[in-house]
Amino acid sequence: MQLHRFHGGLKLPDHKAESTVHPLLTMGVPKYLYVPLSQHIGAPTEPLVQPGDHVFKGQRISQAKDYICAHVHAPTSGRIKDIVDHPIPHPSCLSAPCIVIESDAHDQWGDTRLPAWPDWRERDARSLRERVRAAGIVGMGGAAFPTAAKLNPRAGKRIHTLVVNGAECEPYISCDDILMRSYPEAILEGARIVAHILGAERVLFAVEDNKPEALRALTDARRAEEADFIRLVSIPSIYPTGGERQLIQVLTGREVPSAGLPADLGIVCQNTGTLKAIRDAVLQGQPLISRIVTVTGPGIREPRNVEALIGTTFADLVAAAGGYAPGVDRLVMGGPMMGFAIGDDAVPVIKGSNCLLATRVQDTPAPGPVMPCIRCGECTRVCPANLLPQQLYWFAKGKDFDSVQDYGLFDCIECGCCAHVCPSNIPLVQYYRFAKQEIWGREKERQKADLARERFEFRQLRQEREEREKAERLARKKAALAKKDTDPDRKTAIDGAIERARAKKSAQSNEEAPPADRERANS
Amino acid sequence: MRFRTCTSPHLIPGHSVGGVMRQVLYALVPGTLAMTWFFGWGVLVNVSLAILFSVLFEALMVAARGRPVLATLGDSSAILAGWLFALAIPPLAPVWVLLIGTAFAIVVAKHLYGGLGYNPFNPAMVGYVVVLVSFPRELSLWPSPEGLTNASLSFLQTLQTTLTGRLPDGMEWDAITRASPLDMMRESIVSGQTVTEVTRSPLFGSFSQTEWEWAGNLFLLGGLWLLYRRVITWHIPVSMLLTLATVAGVFWVIDPDYFASPAFHVFSGAAIIGAFFIATDPVSAATTPTGRILFGAGIGLLTYVIRTWGGYPDAVAFAVLLMNMVAPTLDHYTRPRIFGHSRDGHG
Repeated sequence: MQLHRFHGGLKLPDHKAESTVHPLLTMGVPKYLYVPLSQHIGAPTEPLVQPGDHVFKGQRISQAKDYICAHVHAPTSGRIKDIVDHPIPHPSCLSAPCIVIESDAHDQWGDTRLPAWPDWRERDARSLRERVRAAGIVGMGGAAFPTAAKLNPRAGKRIHTLVVNGAECEPYISCDDILMRSYPEAILEGARIVAHILGAERVLFAVEDNKPEALRALTDARRAEEADFIRLVSIPSIYPTGGERQLIQVLTGREVPSAGLPADLGIVCQNTGTLKAIRDAVLQGQPLISRIVTVTGPGIREPRNVEALIGTTFADLVAAAGGYAPGVDRLVMGGPMMGFAIGDDAVPVIKGSNCLLATRVQDTPAPGPVMPCIRCGECTRVCPANLLPQQLYWFAKGKDFDSVQDYGLFDCIECGCCAHVCPSNIPLVQYYRFAKQEIWGREKERQKADLARERFEFRQLRQEREEREKAERLARKKAALAKKDTDPDRKTAIDGAIERARAKKSAQSNEEAPPADRERANS
Repeated sequence: MRFRTCTSPHLIPGHSVGGVMRQVLYALVPGTLAMTWFFGWGVLVNVSLAILFSVLFEALMVAARGRPVLATLGDSSAILAGWLFALAIPPLAPVWVLLIGTAFAIVVAKHLYGGLGYNPFNPAMVGYVVVLVSFPRELSLWPSPEGLTNASLSFLQTLQTTLTGRLPDGMEWDAITRASPLDMMRESIVSGQTVTEVTRSPLFGSFSQTEWEWAGNLFLLGGLWLLYRRVITWHIPVSMLLTLATVAGVFWVIDPDYFASPAFHVFSGAAIIGAFFIATDPVSAATTPTGRILFGAGIGLLTYVIRTWGGYPDAVAFAVLLMNMVAPTLDHYTRPRIFGHSRDGHG
């Protein structure tokens, strides 16, 4: 198969062997699980349980309220201890609401388990998508976008190709590698299910060429007759080839339009872990309650891959991997290029946690002082989006938000190549994130202001209209009155009535007093 | 357990500004040694003094601007500017030429514009042009290798000449200096000789005067090493030398008696050191790939035009400064097509 190149990228030492020497370890059930209400891109979920409730394994404990959202399920059976703010894996190091489950050590499934669908081929896309949604599945490559929404391309977009992303291009991370080695049949079955949902004619399954064992396992697991349908492709190991857009370019030579989606090219891309989760949801009725996490880095005694329940704390994970090595200094969720440092190992594993990287001071020394940009252009050379990172930096720093967008800020995928090669130690990606946040913030402000202005203008318009209508009404009334005064028939009729009333009144005033009161009452 | 947090990437960075600058310094060594071999101790004296002055001015300016002095000196950019400036100066030039030149380079061209990363013009070339237009006589006295051999000027005598501005007793400037190849070509052609008559001179090697050819070869070697180390990209040196050679070639084909050959132009004066070491100064050059090609081509073209029809024998410094002026415009009009955008730049 003819492969293509994307611009830039980096060849990085992959450091994957460290964590793949040990076999996959399935962790036991910890005493406490901290399950965040929001583990995905999109709106947070709404809890269905109260402190004190008993829950079964796999029971839905928090409900998606929105289309771009994903249900949360109990990873094990036990008692809801609390729903409190707890540190979550987020760059801000802030806390967010988590459901704390105290395990009852039975790890017991209830009768709420979804039915298994071994006959999935007989089912339509809609019900399978509904199953994916019911199982709370999100993209497990790290971005955690709700999968059911991704499997439902906009109307009119015909999908012909499912791209399976087994690239895993960031150094240190090996959870997909181990997954492909351990469960190749399950991943391929997941790919068949997703291809069925999408109506795709072919599956391009890409694996970086630094994972030969994974590729061999998949080749062995693939049925001989589907070699044309599912094509296993070994791609060069260049960071960030696992970026969705980069991967599609490598495989097809086509670029996903800037403001568009892969679906615009008839392609949907799924991570291997997501496919395994979809297969488990469809064939076993099992929601997404566990995942494989790579626990690795020089700061870990026995780097390895651990299959852990969602909600397991990083401290428990590290303990399962032999504990911290002396001198551990930094804890990163994700890989070294795009991952973020976390301040506390009490944070739990969430659906998108692919890797926990621990380093010592000597591995990741504090960055040197930031020097001025010397415009060396290294960042331009390595940028996979073909941007001019040095110019973006310039504009972001100067808060020239129009120019920074003009230079393609929102085409930046934040892969970190530019920051890695920058000789001046400039945290370039930070500047881009800052600029994006500012622009989004301003956009929101602008929308708010627009709304307020619209409301104000509408109110003014309404008041003016009311004034006008009132004036018109008054004018009409006056005109009518004037007309009344001039109408001779009407005038005689009125005069007659007044006469009669007067006569009646004088008659009454003779009968009872006081007449003034009665008159007032009649008027 | 609590941890320190800081921003990604969480890897040891591969480059540093000081590292980049120092690689350029290493790449200058072979060519500088070749020049010392041919033009005597004066080259080393100039390089040492110019570096000393540059670093002093840099330290003064950094201190005056309230920045950390030692950390800033660690980027080695002042050393590089001083070194490049020194290579442009005749080896026996008086010390005040070095002082004034480096002062303009570091104080005016660099720090008054905001220091490293902010200077629109190449500091070394600003310093050189200031002394070139101010002191044309001192800047025209290039020693000749054979003159120096005859005079056997020692290191101390050289240092003395530089510091006092006077040759040791019994030595004459005329005896130890001669016209550089570009000067010679220019004057000979003006006086009615043909190009071939000039290049047939025993002073000439394959394309130009032997010593300039050799210095050029060794600077080329350093430049190729920089390319190999990816300190510089190919765009500027290739486009500059190719343009210079192409334009020279066109005129040479038209009238080989009046216009010197492309090889002469490439191997004379500052063409090679300019292409690999001066025009590639990233701060003052264009930064987009296409912009760099145009930037280099502009320098090549202007160098030829000024050499051939202008008032100065060599023109790399002027050409570089002129192209520095348009670098931001080049960058503006040569933005690469962003991934996922169509050719016209829209999504």
